[in-house]
Amino acid sequence: MDLTTLTYIAVGLSFALYIGIAIWAKASTTGEFYVAGKGVNPVVNGMATAADWMSAASFISMAGLIAFLGYGGSVYLMGWTGGYCLLAMLLAPYLRKYGKFTVPEFIGDRYYSKAARIVAVICLIFISFTYVAGQMRGVGIVFSRFLEVEILTGLIVGMGIVFIYAVLGGMKGITYTQVAQYCVLIVAYTIPAIFIAFQLTGNPLPQLAFGSTVNGTGEFMLDRLNQVVTELGFLEYTTTSKSTIDIFAITLALMVGTAGLPHVIVRFFTVPKVRDARSSAGWALVFIALLYTTAPAVGAMARLNLTETIQTGEVGAEDGNLVFEERPDWMKRWEATGLLKFEDKNGDGRIQYYNDANAEFAAKAAEFGWQGNELSVDRDIMVLANPEIAQLPNWVIALVAAGGIAAALSTAAGLLLVISSGVSHDILKGTFTPNMTEGQELMAGRIAAAVAILIAGYLGYNPPGFVAQVVAFAFGLAASSLFPVIIMGIFSKKVNREGAIAGMLTGLVFTMGYILAYKGVFFDPIIANTPENWLFGISPEGIGAVGMVLNFIVAFAVSKVTAEPPEHIQVMIEDIRVPKGAGSAVDH
Amino acid sequence: MDEQSAAYWKRNVKLVSVLIAIWFIVSYGFGILFVDALNSIEIAGFQLGFWFAQQGSIYVFVALIFVYVAKMNKLDREFGVREDD
Repeated sequence: MDLTTLTYIAVGLSFALYIGIAIWAKASTTGEFYVAGKGVNPVVNGMATAADWMSAASFISMAGLIAFLGYGGSVYLMGWTGGYCLLAMLLAPYLRKYGKFTVPEFIGDRYYSKAARIVAVICLIFISFTYVAGQMRGVGIVFSRFLEVEILTGLIVGMGIVFIYAVLGGMKGITYTQVAQYCVLIVAYTIPAIFIAFQLTGNPLPQLAFGSTVNGTGEFMLDRLNQVVTELGFLEYTTTSKSTIDIFAITLALMVGTAGLPHVIVRFFTVPKVRDARSSAGWALVFIALLYTTAPAVGAMARLNLTETIQTGEVGAEDGNLVFEERPDWMKRWEATGLLKFEDKNGDGRIQYYNDANAEFAAKAAEFGWQGNELSVDRDIMVLANPEIAQLPNWVIALVAAGGIAAALSTAAGLLLVISSGVSHDILKGTFTPNMTEGQELMAGRIAAAVAILIAGYLGYNPPGFVAQVVAFAFGLAASSLFPVIIMGIFSKKVNREGAIAGMLTGLVFTMGYILAYKGVFFDPIIANTPENWLFGISPEGIGAVGMVLNFIVAFAVSKVTAEPPEHIQVMIEDIRVPKGAGSAVDH
Repeated sequence: MDEQSAAYWKRNVKLVSVLIAIWFIVSYGFGILFVDALNSIEIAGFQLGFWFAQQGSIYVFVALIFVYVAKMNKLDREFGVREDD
């Protein structure tokens, strides 16, 4: 069978599975729609959380990013896993004890303020739409490459599937489809990694192969990689050009941002007990770690494979580079997508791939008769091209396509649900139309989800130029606005309404202002985005960490000079700190 | 807050503080601040600092959560605040 047919079968079967689950798990109450009736087993919830969390970026882009950033890619590895320790120990159990439906609802109750709730909803909606646009884009890319259809067709199919299970099934439907999607994506990710690890080092476990010797050389893979890339003028793989303080700040912003992302937090509202919320975070991280410890190995192996495919012999030797006409088939296929490009600048019919931005090496390269780097590779293709590079059978390639779509759809659905519950539960029921019946609220939630899907699809088709840049926004805002007020709401009895609102607004305005000033987004940047201009040497990606600290300081300072929270709030805080009697906090 | 709950909360905060300190040391300490020093040690094909940044810290994160779960379950029983007892 040819690749396209196989891919249609793999993707079609996975879609049939998701729809089947959606029909089986239809939500009939708001409790089921928002939090799956609080009846999800903690291990199952862990798996659903892993799929919810691991987006198209984790599946498609991350290993490629690491391949080109080397040690610098560690910010994503630590940053996107470490937040689960914060979730497990500082947030999830207490929010589960609190026992209602949404994150803004907690903020509104704890700080006895509708204004605080509205600020939180606005942050939530902005963060979630930013994120969801990237997911829909991912769906479109996978469809256009593997199924050879227009991006628009791919998007419409993807939107249709999400519509069916998110709108019908709500959180309940999403939970069980996410479990299925996790299984699809993790199998699709690890199979090619295991094959490549085995081919390259003889050790099938990518996590170990990464530190093993390369077949036929006796050299450790990372040592060899360092040598191969530095010979071509690139930075040593195990080092970075970023400053220590920037690496520190970015990692912190990503970790804290993870713990403050509403679509992740809300997953812990779905388990039956407080202790399930704790263990569920552990299971989530186990399932996430399976992919996250494989990814750096995939990145390193991909970089080595790519470099050695092009640089077949000694650097500078006349026959040391790959002859263009003899390039492998996978390169030809990816050239068709425009994501891989070759330009024979010196007309020798061979491909030279080196760092021409390194002046010292460029001078040396000129002596070899090289006239600039001739190959450009989009980072996003490394994972998708992996099975082809390793010459794996077509069904593996088809599986990777289904895995990429699963990763994107599972995250998109989780995001759309928090947007819809923010609209129907926090904005409508909680603020403007408190007299709605449950049936009306459920209908409002479904309509909000449907509208959100349309907007997400539009953003995926016409990605505003700033989509890539606003990812820094999502994490920065979650870190600097939501995370600190939730933590203070649990761990301090002193922080009050005035403190929380002032803290959130400070974190929000500072972080947004900083990112806008350097990145522009809607206009040209006000200040050039270079390390010399950054505050304390911290890039816009890491500034959420500073925003978070400011939020804490302002909230404590303002609370100190204003009235203490009322008695019933202090009782509520005491109640959420103790597991026994889950749900009683609701009555206050 | 009665004395029992105050004691329970104090023990909880102490446990979390210790675990978060370890969390900080393996990631921000070994993986970032002291990465160069640790990279001079090479074990089984990995520079140690690089390994902590790309592998080790993640394994420790997982272990920390399960230690937390076990210790908290014990603490809940000790203070009689486990949900279904």
